[in-house]
Amino acid sequence: MENQFKEKSKILNKEEIKRTLMRIAHEILEKNNVDINGIAIVGIYCRGSFLAQRIADIIKDIKGQSPEVGVLDITLYRDDLTQIAEQPVVHSTKISFDITNKIIVLVDDVLFTGRTVRCALDELIDFGRPKSIQLAVLVDRGHRELPIKADFVGKNIPTSTKEVVNVRLEEADGIDEVVLLEKENNGE
Amino acid sequence: MANKTIWKRKDLLGIEELTKEEIHLILNQTFSFKEILERPIKKVPTLRGKTIALIFFEASTRTRFSFELAAKRLSADTVSFAAASSSTVKGETLKDTAKNIEAMKVDLVILRHSMPGSSYMLSRYLEAGVVNAGDGSHEHPTQALLDVFSIYEKKKKIEGLKISIIGDVAHSRVARSNIFALKKLGAEVTICGPKTLIPVDIEKLGVNVTYNLDEAIKDADAINILRIQKERQKETYFPSIREYIKLYGITEERLKKAKKDVLIMHPGPINRGIELFQEVADGANSIILEQVTNGVAVRMAVLYLLCSGETIEEKEK
Amino acid sequence: MSILIKNARVIDPSQSIDEKINILVEDGKISKISKNIKETAKVVIDAENKIVTPGLIDMHTHVREPGYEYKEDIYTASRAAAKGGFTTICAMPNSNPACDSQGIAEFVKKRAKEVNLINIIPIGAITKKREGIELAELADLKEAGCLAISDDGNSVRNSGVLRRAMEYASMLELLVISHCEDSNLAGNGVMNESFISTKLGFGGIPNLVESIIVSRDIMIAELTGTKLHIAHVSCKESVEIIKQAKKKSTKLSAETCPHYFSLTDEYLTTFDTNAKVNPPLRTKEDVKFIKNALNDGTIDVIATDHAPHIESEKELEFNDAPFGMIGLQTTLALSIKLVDGKIISWPRLIELLSTNPSRILGLDKGSLKEGKMADITIIDPDCEWVVTKETIESKSKNTPFINSKMKGCATDLLVNGKIILKNSNFIA
Repeated sequence: MENQFKEKSKILNKEEIKRTLMRIAHEILEKNNVDINGIAIVGIYCRGSFLAQRIADIIKDIKGQSPEVGVLDITLYRDDLTQIAEQPVVHSTKISFDITNKIIVLVDDVLFTGRTVRCALDELIDFGRPKSIQLAVLVDRGHRELPIKADFVGKNIPTSTKEVVNVRLEEADGIDEVVLLEKENNGE
Repeated sequence: MANKTIWKRKDLLGIEELTKEEIHLILNQTFSFKEILERPIKKVPTLRGKTIALIFFEASTRTRFSFELAAKRLSADTVSFAAASSSTVKGETLKDTAKNIEAMKVDLVILRHSMPGSSYMLSRYLEAGVVNAGDGSHEHPTQALLDVFSIYEKKKKIEGLKISIIGDVAHSRVARSNIFALKKLGAEVTICGPKTLIPVDIEKLGVNVTYNLDEAIKDADAINILRIQKERQKETYFPSIREYIKLYGITEERLKKAKKDVLIMHPGPINRGIELFQEVADGANSIILEQVTNGVAVRMAVLYLLCSGETIEEKEK
Repeated sequence: MSILIKNARVIDPSQSIDEKINILVEDGKISKISKNIKETAKVVIDAENKIVTPGLIDMHTHVREPGYEYKEDIYTASRAAAKGGFTTICAMPNSNPACDSQGIAEFVKKRAKEVNLINIIPIGAITKKREGIELAELADLKEAGCLAISDDGNSVRNSGVLRRAMEYASMLELLVISHCEDSNLAGNGVMNESFISTKLGFGGIPNLVESIIVSRDIMIAELTGTKLHIAHVSCKESVEIIKQAKKKSTKLSAETCPHYFSLTDEYLTTFDTNAKVNPPLRTKEDVKFIKNALNDGTIDVIATDHAPHIESEKELEFNDAPFGMIGLQTTLALSIKLVDGKIISWPRLIELLSTNPSRILGLDKGSLKEGKMADITIIDPDCEWVVTKETIESKSKNTPFINSKMKGCATDLLVNGKIILKNSNFIA
């Protein structure tokens, strides 16, 4: 669907992304004054998982120890499976540690309607009873449809519904950047 | 990460009509579903509100269990009908049974029946999807899928592997479905059993045929052992159980001629001491219990693919 | 009433006629067949672009009356036959009760007379109840009008009984029509034994089931000097055995049915029970042999083996559904395909559908010779129609050709000099 959008502006470049993640990592540590073993970073597949790993790596640099890292695929928890046209491919969820009594920091690339995070919360709770769940996002673009709020935000970007925020990461897209796209025509 | 819509079917009736890509899709998805079985809460809300009817005309505890578990793990509601053996016995045709069930607004029907083609018949009468849980000697697609997944899990590939299927191939839906799946994925398949139980022209499916067990197992990467029904002896397919064991029973002794890392498989239930002996069934090469676990995961993947996504009807609106 | 049929291509192998010629029918008989007919007639049928032949004769129909009238009866079978171009059909004896006694044969004839559409010849059973144990009263059956006997649906299992029956039948000069099947070899088979049955997991019926009994019956008939007609030949082994035997015997004839030259066992991958038939549909190779046999004279007759079963009986699981398909209305079009496919010629086709059946049964029909009863079929070889529930006259609709397009049909029919079908409609 990319070719129906045209790039409007660049929001973050590689250097800016790096600094933003650094700040988020520090904020996480500042807010949660506990042993690193008491924290786990869980990324929402797909780009959230890369961001989660990067944040964990930064914390390791700071504290000398990495928190546990996990990946959540929320496909099976979506509430719109019978309405979408394409069959979503289910990827693997990997939570290889016990989440009970841990502080879980969920990580995603873009916070939009909040539905994805709602799915992630449901799925996470099925794994155990965490002490608390906090949310870190690289970009918050507004337009919430559920009462969900991020605890750690990289950048707030007000957007219109005709626009799309695209986070590209080296691990998946070969480049680090966040761009704003706009729909070319009013179709679909 | 574009989603290619590979799965478009409302039914899973057999392996023969599936493409290689469709089989790969199911296998890949199965890994994700298997993970759910390791969680403390082995349930996801994906098929919440969907109703799945299990209609079993042939007695079967384990397949029915496996499907029910798969459905429940996906939060679907299940209803079980253990029907009499066939239309003529109880007087209501398969078509009528199906129409009645559809009138109760179920979303998916899982059918096991003793007649080949019964799932195909059913899928023509129903708008709901149909999963073939075994139609006579014809096909048992989810069994083949879990068998292939189990091999794949251990050997990391199917292409180029040598798989041997031993036993009553003529009457085995497990054999047929496995042959279709393994051939599509590029394995070399060998069939072995008494000549009376090997069906006519089966070589045309691209399999090797041998009546000699040692031949069949010596280079095999996996051996799938079929259950032999004792009644076949009365039907003069072989003279005695004793002779069957002598020629085709998998004992520890006979296994010495196989590869060290050969996988031992069996769809269950095992006739211990006939087609498969204790030591082997419980031995290090056996993945029989993994097959059972994988069975639930594979069926979850299948139910997921059939029940979610737009239905054909909605698409046409 | 006098009827003139003009402008048609008339094909009558009994007189080696295949030309544009006119026919005058008077007092129920063919009074004149000539290029110039000066007499005027009450009714004139302009058969331009059509083919006129002696009335078609089906040697193998299951009319289901008495006993199974819910599937078909003599009235609906007659209508189906007429629409199919047949002026005469032979009613097989597997009714209930079986046609193993004079009373039943007379009943069939009486009903045919009541229905008053086409000629129906009862075929008597060989053994009582077709059980293969005791002989039926063959002399009585012959007297009641049976021109042949058959246990069709069953083979006479006991060779000793068959020998006696053939001996007795030969004394009466009764034709024996053999349904050849070794039921022990057939076992639980429901379709041809081949790669297809292997793939589908069905029990198979190998060719041997038929050819073994063809061989046996031919040998017993030779021993006893009986006129033998092999029913529904389906496979190459049977064809080869019959071909060889015909070199020595003049009392041997054979028939096949359209499904054995139009379909193969591959069709059964659809699990369509309407194609479940006994003998079963065979392989491509068998079909080739059947087609050649129709051409080279090994097979003498195309018969329908019209076997009605209602929807609820056929809509069962494949193993449970009964064997058989209807065929009275589709036989002509399917056979015309052989002509279009250059397998046989038009005159040969009429031999197969009229001349030979008449000769084999000892009927004084199958010919347009002056003086014969006027049983005439007028065929439009190009008419296109579709097999639908509505166009099927039978009570049962069990045909694999449902919703198929057909080319060729009988538009007019004269039976005993009376027009019963005109422009594809029944005369009230």
